[in-house]
Amino acid sequence: MSKFKQQFLSGPYLIWIIGFILLPMAMIIYYAFTGSDGTPTLQYIAAIADETNRKALGLSLWLGVICTVICLVLAYPLAMILSNMHIKNQSFVVFIFMLPMWMNFMLRILAWKLLLSKNGVINSVLTGMGLSRINIINTPAAVVLGMVYDFFPFMLLPIYNALTRIREDWIEAAADLGAGKITIFFKIILPLSLSGIISGIVMVFVPSLTSFAISQVLGGGHVLLIGNVIEQDFMQGMQWNAGSGLSFVLMIFVIASMALVNSFDKEGEGTVIC
Amino acid sequence: MLKKCASRIYLFLMFAFLYLPILVLIVLSFNDSRSKVKWGGFTFKWYTGCFQDEKIMAAFVTTLQITFLSAIISTLIGTLAAIGIAAMKRKGQAIFLGATNIPLLNADIVTGISMMLLFVKFMDLGFVTVLIAHITFSIPYVILNVLPRLKQANISTYEAALDLGASPLYAFYKVTWPEIRPGVLSGFMMAVTMSLDDFSITYFTKGAGVNTLSTMLYTELRKGIKPELYALSTILFFAVLLLLLIGNVRPAKRSSERFDK
Repeated sequence: MSKFKQQFLSGPYLIWIIGFILLPMAMIIYYAFTGSDGTPTLQYIAAIADETNRKALGLSLWLGVICTVICLVLAYPLAMILSNMHIKNQSFVVFIFMLPMWMNFMLRILAWKLLLSKNGVINSVLTGMGLSRINIINTPAAVVLGMVYDFFPFMLLPIYNALTRIREDWIEAAADLGAGKITIFFKIILPLSLSGIISGIVMVFVPSLTSFAISQVLGGGHVLLIGNVIEQDFMQGMQWNAGSGLSFVLMIFVIASMALVNSFDKEGEGTVIC
Repeated sequence: MLKKCASRIYLFLMFAFLYLPILVLIVLSFNDSRSKVKWGGFTFKWYTGCFQDEKIMAAFVTTLQITFLSAIISTLIGTLAAIGIAAMKRKGQAIFLGATNIPLLNADIVTGISMMLLFVKFMDLGFVTVLIAHITFSIPYVILNVLPRLKQANISTYEAALDLGASPLYAFYKVTWPEIRPGVLSGFMMAVTMSLDDFSITYFTKGAGVNTLSTMLYTELRKGIKPELYALSTILFFAVLLLLLIGNVRPAKRSSERFDK
């Protein structure tokens, strides 16, 4: 088969791209920039400045940043410990830490709802020990906890992969040349794992910025993220133009934050997929 | 020594953080009491209840159908596309890979909504629209798993086979296929994983009557938690554990391939 003919094998995919990737994108942009009667308007893009929407977007960004930072702080030491383990079953230990990722997303949230609710498991343990209860269900704190639990593996994996690629010779060479442990960490380990950190940040920040299910279940309707506003526009209000406008703005924020994060990665290897 | 001790403690704490919630679900699934905190004795009744619950079973069957159909179709389209893309010139490759990145980089909620906007114009939302949506977001994972294998494969061996008189199909089956098979398999596995775990995109494209496990759980969670769901969680957890242990003699290899393509 010639190279020319071989290209035609991607024909079905080309149709798929046009029909189910590009066309839907065009639809959302069309709705975002037109009124319900079909006339062009910018009001639905500008609606992001309304108080509710602005607050929701601000809260989403804020919780997204907190969640990403917590994941990074928790995952980096764990990835270092895992990559430094010299036991026969290292791969099995790593597997243990990845396993919760394969559990259904909703079931993981269910577990936290169960733990955190007013008369839930954590509170009854606390009362049993004579301590005061914590009431964080239906607050942003519960939402962040749920996000951290859900997205933690997405931070752990890329960092762990980056760390295992650092060869021990390099660290030994640095030590032979007189570098202390701290110097080795900041001059060798951290820069060489940067691409992993950046992948991790993108893979945690984007879903936490745009999630709506976690805030709905663990926030009990009291925590309104931008995802919740969009979801309500579509599923309850039937305000497709308003929802598309906000989705478009959200898309811009996602692209901008990825561009910002990737600009720290000088070698350009830290994109989400590569 | 102190350092070793500290890292052991940290490992243990993270382990507890990841597994305590799951452990609580498992323990409660055997609890003969509707209370979340009182132990009312050992029972299997939530398990039998789970299998008799029509909603849960319907969602379970739909999930399996969607997952395997979408994984098979997306593996087919994706593998063919990867072979085609590999033969393209630089510019064509850039266009195709750019389009492939769109569903990967877009937020799930935006992908879901954009497809819903398209679907409602032409058909009723239901099983087929969910299936199309799942195929759409799975294809990129297949392509990104297969394409690197094709690039590593030596094209001269395929051409040599043709020169020696093999038909293109036979040469593909004998020469190219063995080289790309691991990529196709891991692409298929990732398509399965992504489809099983998806909530947002299904939520927007599913319409009224159809539910996968994720969307069924979401509706139930907003109403309150039924103990049958603990049983369901436990079954699914051990099913996944078993599948991964059987399917992965080298477990970490597969999990690291997920992002490391």
